[in-house]
Amino acid sequence: MNKENKLELYRMMLLIRLFEEALEEMFSRGLLHGTMHLSIGQEATATGACLALEREDLITSTHRGHGHCLAKGADPYKMFAELLGREDGYCRGRGGSMHIADLSNGNLGANGIVAGSLTISVGAALSLKIQKQDNIVLCFFGDGAVNEGSFHEALNLASLWDLPVLFVCENNQYGMSMASENAVAGGSIAQRAESYGIKSISIDGNNVEEVYNSVLEFKETIKSSGKPMFIESVTYRYRGHSKSDRNLYRTSEEIEFWKEEKDPLKRFIGKLTEEGVEIETLKEIESEVREVIRDSVKKALQSPESPKTNLEEDSYA
Amino acid sequence: MPEMTTGQAIKEALSLCLDSNNTTFIAGEDIGVYGGAFGVTDGLLEKYGEERIKDTPISEDVIAGLAVGAAITGSKPIVEMQFSDFIVNAMDPIVNQAAKLHFMYGGAVNVPMIVRGASGAGTGAAAQHSQSLESWFCHVPGLKVVTPSNPQNAYDLLLASFVDPNPIIFMEHKLIYKLKSEVTLGPLPKDSSILGNSKVVLEGSDITIASYSNMVNTVLNAVKDDSLKDYSIEVIDLLTLSPLDTETVITSVEKTHKLLMCQEAPGSSSIGTTLISEVVSSRAFNSLKKPPKLLAGLHSPMPSAKHLETTVIPQEEDIVIKIKEMIDNE
Ligand SMILES: Cc1ncc(C[n+]2csc(CCOP(=O)(O)OP(=O)(O)O)c2C)c(N)n1
Ligand SMILES: [Mg+2]
Repeated sequence: MNKENKLELYRMMLLIRLFEEALEEMFSRGLLHGTMHLSIGQEATATGACLALEREDLITSTHRGHGHCLAKGADPYKMFAELLGREDGYCRGRGGSMHIADLSNGNLGANGIVAGSLTISVGAALSLKIQKQDNIVLCFFGDGAVNEGSFHEALNLASLWDLPVLFVCENNQYGMSMASENAVAGGSIAQRAESYGIKSISIDGNNVEEVYNSVLEFKETIKSSGKPMFIESVTYRYRGHSKSDRNLYRTSEEIEFWKEEKDPLKRFIGKLTEEGVEIETLKEIESEVREVIRDSVKKALQSPESPKTNLEEDSYA
Repeated sequence: MPEMTTGQAIKEALSLCLDSNNTTFIAGEDIGVYGGAFGVTDGLLEKYGEERIKDTPISEDVIAGLAVGAAITGSKPIVEMQFSDFIVNAMDPIVNQAAKLHFMYGGAVNVPMIVRGASGAGTGAAAQHSQSLESWFCHVPGLKVVTPSNPQNAYDLLLASFVDPNPIIFMEHKLIYKLKSEVTLGPLPKDSSILGNSKVVLEGSDITIASYSNMVNTVLNAVKDDSLKDYSIEVIDLLTLSPLDTETVITSVEKTHKLLMCQEAPGSSSIGTTLISEVVSSRAFNSLKKPPKLLAGLHSPMPSAKHLETTVIPQEEDIVIKIKEMIDNE
């Protein structure tokens, strides 16, 4: 990976972090209706994974999908607009935080249903195969999803039919409140994939280079073998599950530990400076990203509300 | 009489169920330490322990199946679907199993279980977390469907559901959880006879408005509108949707000669269409001075934006307009 690539990874992680911090701020000012699921702390997985893909590769995302969406190329303005219920939003204000889709960048959409996208990713991969397209589908899901029946049906079929899916489990170690270790019998998520004949690895999901390299390698293998693969990317969410979470199921020491010791941005900044990247360069990127966020929020707040008309008509194609 | 929210009243009812039957357990996602996504089971884990308050992995299919298996072997399970939208992941145990077993096995087993879930919109949770799917279950023989609208009836109906020998779908609209009022915390009833009774909650003689779940509250607020002060309006809370008490509505319509049905769910194949067809084909037909009207949610998935959400769901203003339309053009 060259320096440019690395700075791109840094820029994207920062964009996701600042995007979601801006959302938090907007939420506290009462500008946003509904709840949202923030991925602050998990930026390395979304960034490393999506930046290792090509534009034509597809992703499916989750309820915690802002990062996936941005990393796959979404315009922050159109995302803010969506969350604000504006006409310019990705879904014209009809989907909101949990349902952003950006088809032009290969993002088949976030999903409010846990494990909802697993079976869909299998269908998308079949479609790629039928249409003889040399791309893959990267399916994001959380550790909570692996206990839904559809997880097992999806892995089984993808393996039986040799479909080009890269399953990426973002194991942030909790569902909403249930610790993954109390929810997953047999202990290992990655091993579950092996039992369906799918090669899997478990990686440090807060190390953006490790994520990037793993996805890049697996993507190439999937393209040559045509078989699905599986990555468990271990990470941690700092914020509550959603805005109503009181964080009763984990200790503040644990949260602090991950923030202090394992933060993907901090670690990557450390690594970059060790490798000789000037602090000034990083600062420049930061102020540029801050400006993008600021401008996007401002523009979104000034953009027109989505019209109330045609809601019934638009329920059908 | 203690004052409490609907959420607290449901918790009181759950506690009484747990106290009265030692085979009863509650299972569901995040119902333990988290206290439930809407806080309903908050504190129950501390009080009853892990054997009875069972946090499950995210696995709706087995949550419902677990209830069926436990129910046919002499236990009395209560399970939670968190957002009732997730019940679609549990359709087989509920529709193909729970609803059928008593009949299919020639009466050899009962399936006494309750599936609770939070229904409805109004919180900006968008299309996959805001549905009102109650009518789906009314279509399935063998299931009973209950939709409380306030703290007291939530308490009473949950206890009645608990003593009923059938599988019950108990839909709690999200917006009723925080409603607060005084609640009489009565004992467990002897039988479940209140299931299937609708209730006249406001008496009047000019028009009958039937509704259920949170829409009853919207209707009750709407009829307080100044512009309606000369009208005498009767409001009926259906409370149980299956079995549906049409008799109370028919009797009311014989008096008022007009029927307006209000619901949040879309109109097609819904409670409203069923109710109206029952009334029109009943003895009340000749009393009707106007075609009955159904004010329902738009035939659209629930949008996330607030101004779109309120466009899809009938609002107080919409109800006021409809009432005037039906009475004024006499
Ligand atoms: C089928 C289904 N069941 C339950 C939920 C409610 N819910 C939303 S997110 C969530 C936790 C998901 O955990 P995980 O998959 O690990 O993702 P994370 O939230 O940790 O990113 C739950 C229980 C849902 N949205 N869909
Ligand atoms: Mg998780």
